Amino acid sequence: RDSQQAETERLSRWEKWRRTSSKSLKKALSEVKGLSSYLVLWRRDIRSIEGKFGTGIQSYFSFLRFLVLLNFIIFILMFSFVILPTIISTFGLFNSTIAYIPPKNIDDICTIYKPSGNKGLVYFYTYLKDLLSGTGFLEVTSLFYGYYSIDAVWISIMRYNLPLAYLLATFAYLALSFLWIIKRSVEGFKHNLVHDADPFQSYCNKVFAGWDFCITDPNAARLKHRSLQYELQTDLQEEKLKQKIAERRMEEKLRIYSLRIFINIIVIAILSGCFYSIYRVTVFSQENSNDIGNANSQVNLLVQYLPSMVITLANFIAPLIFAFLIKFEEYTPAFEIKLTLLRCVFVRLANIGVLLFSLWSQISDCGSDKCKPCGYNYKLYPCWESDVGQEMYKLMIFDFIVILAVALFADFPRKLLVTHCSCKLVQWFGHKEFEISDNVLEIIYGQTICFIGTFFSPLLPAIATIKYFIIFYVKKIVLIHTRKPAARPIRASSSNFFFLVVLLIGLLLAFVPLGFSIARIPSSKACGPFRNFNTSWEVIPDTILQFPTGLQQFLFGISSEAFAVPFFVILCIIMFYVIALARAHKRVVEQLREQLVLESRDKMFLIRKITEAQK
Amino acid sequence: AYKRFSELLPKEERENACSARVPKSQILTLPELRANPFQQRICHVFSTSETEDDSMSFEDFLDMLSVFSDSATSDIKSYYAFRIFDFDNDGILDRKDLEQLVNCLTGQGEGSRLSSAEMEQLIQNILEESDIDKDGTINLAEFQHVVSRSPDFASSFKIVL
Repeated sequence: RDSQQAETERLSRWEKWRRTSSKSLKKALSEVKGLSSYLVLWRRDIRSIEGKFGTGIQSYFSFLRFLVLLNFIIFILMFSFVILPTIISTFGLFNSTIAYIPPKNIDDICTIYKPSGNKGLVYFYTYLKDLLSGTGFLEVTSLFYGYYSIDAVWISIMRYNLPLAYLLATFAYLALSFLWIIKRSVEGFKHNLVHDADPFQSYCNKVFAGWDFCITDPNAARLKHRSLQYELQTDLQEEKLKQKIAERRMEEKLRIYSLRIFINIIVIAILSGCFYSIYRVTVFSQENSNDIGNANSQVNLLVQYLPSMVITLANFIAPLIFAFLIKFEEYTPAFEIKLTLLRCVFVRLANIGVLLFSLWSQISDCGSDKCKPCGYNYKLYPCWESDVGQEMYKLMIFDFIVILAVALFADFPRKLLVTHCSCKLVQWFGHKEFEISDNVLEIIYGQTICFIGTFFSPLLPAIATIKYFIIFYVKKIVLIHTRKPAARPIRASSSNFFFLVVLLIGLLLAFVPLGFSIARIPSSKACGPFRNFNTSWEVIPDTILQFPTGLQQFLFGISSEAFAVPFFVILCIIMFYVIALARAHKRVVEQLREQLVLESRDKMFLIRKITEAQK
Repeated sequence: AYKRFSELLPKEERENACSARVPKSQILTLPELRANPFQQRICHVFSTSETEDDSMSFEDFLDMLSVFSDSATSDIKSYYAFRIFDFDNDGILDRKDLEQLVNCLTGQGEGSRLSSAEMEQLIQNILEESDIDKDGTINLAEFQHVVSRSPDFASSFKIVL
């Protein structure tokens, strides 16, 4: 401080003024930053979790916070472009009117759609059943696609094209999620690249950066000590195991490889079993729940929820089986974990895909001329998008119920048992560890459902936001009261990247069914904004045809092959260039490292010479 | 930060907090340092006291907080981390320093130390990874190089009040 003061004496007045103004500006900026950090959601909660349980678990909670924000923004998007105009026009605010364009060239049979909204005297139980399964009174609300049967909204003199807005809002939220996830994962990717480029850094990283200086609680510190010790010991053992593997003989290798192939076949068999059962159950549930005969019985509710239950059961059992099987495959522990995680991710996401596939096979079931006039099975599914929306809604609600139920009925009693009952069996069972990867896969599964379902049910992101909001507090309470941190801590840097990569896979997987239903399957003629078009995608070519000719030709030119193929080729060239640049940089780094070694050897040589000369 | 520092002083000296020195025992009662296995080293490194009693003035306290804050560059952090890990203050990390470092990490108490074979193997691996000039010790440049490649260093080497 003294030296700084001495310096300022020497400067001219102009410089002094500049210095003081820049200092006060910096102070003001940091104050603003401090204030704005108060606005960050849950800042204090996540900090306290970080202090007590370390950065691995904290990354799970900040991922949860990211999902809440993402869902909220998606909801705002859909709300302002789709729901708000509909509400404005339905209630006639701001001098708005609705324009219904009568359908042309469409058979009248296709437009019959009588959703069974509740009329007359209904039991309270029916309301509950409708709330849980999205039928009845919920089906006619703005929750589902069928409500938005408006073709255009006139606000004073402006014409607002609702179908176009609906489709573009869908594309917008998909693109927004995609870009946001990629932006967040770029940082993690850079770290991962550096980390992968030097796989021999792991010991130094653990020893020099191993202690998390944020820990303030002595209990947490003790656990961190133990986990560090465990981690170092496991790594050393893994190294010895790798040496042993390298020295394996031929017969052993053959035995192990054949065992691995056998186990992989078992895994594939289990997966196909899951998929087939989901398919059959979905078909059964769809056939039976459309039967009006037992519309009010409890069995009907069970039948409606059958696909969700089977999927949740499969998601629960499959990881257990995988964890059991992988022990026989004798991989290194790190690879074991990665492979199990990969298999679990695949099971969860593919289950959703199979459910959707079975739904579509039902909708496009054109066996005996069932879909002649309209292109889809109009008798069973006059408004098929609402049906798909209902399935997604049911999945989401059931997922939420399961998470709450597991927290309430499995974790708290377990803790009570372990702390109060001291018999050997219960103690061996022990406290449940907070398995980060399982929990993350759970919420990514929920988020993929949200991505797919928002097109069919525009209010779904709002439900997802509320669901994740509640889950944050539930998990936090469960964590603080019952569990001990995992003995094998996952590092914060690699886990953030892993979560985002799996979320990205979920999003890309969501593109497939959405693209298929927008572009391939004929849209329902009885409900929804796309009644007058063959498929939902047709809105866009229709709108383009209304543009001035010059613009039309330009847009058609871009989408034609003459443009797309050279564009693709140029992209490939750029990608190869960047990869070659990266490889060249890597080689330069290697060369510099070798030079460093040589330099130090030169130094030692010179020092030896000097000491010799001095003698 | 000033508030926290003055809380550590006994009541009489609070008005003079800018120039008073806080003894080491008081500093170690801070919750952020209480659970830290390197607490002794941190006090020693940041203390500028001439009497070698590791007491810290307010300026030392600020120094410490600024090094551990989010906005310190990784150069500064790695420099101070090196000094903290250098248990015998000789300017390099040799085998004894590394052994003490690992023992700090795995916890005090007999059951939590690594066996000597494991310790040997571990130190061997560390030196293999970071000792570029193969002299059996890690100097500041090698340490900074290793830490710059380490992805977790920035997020773990921080203390927030």
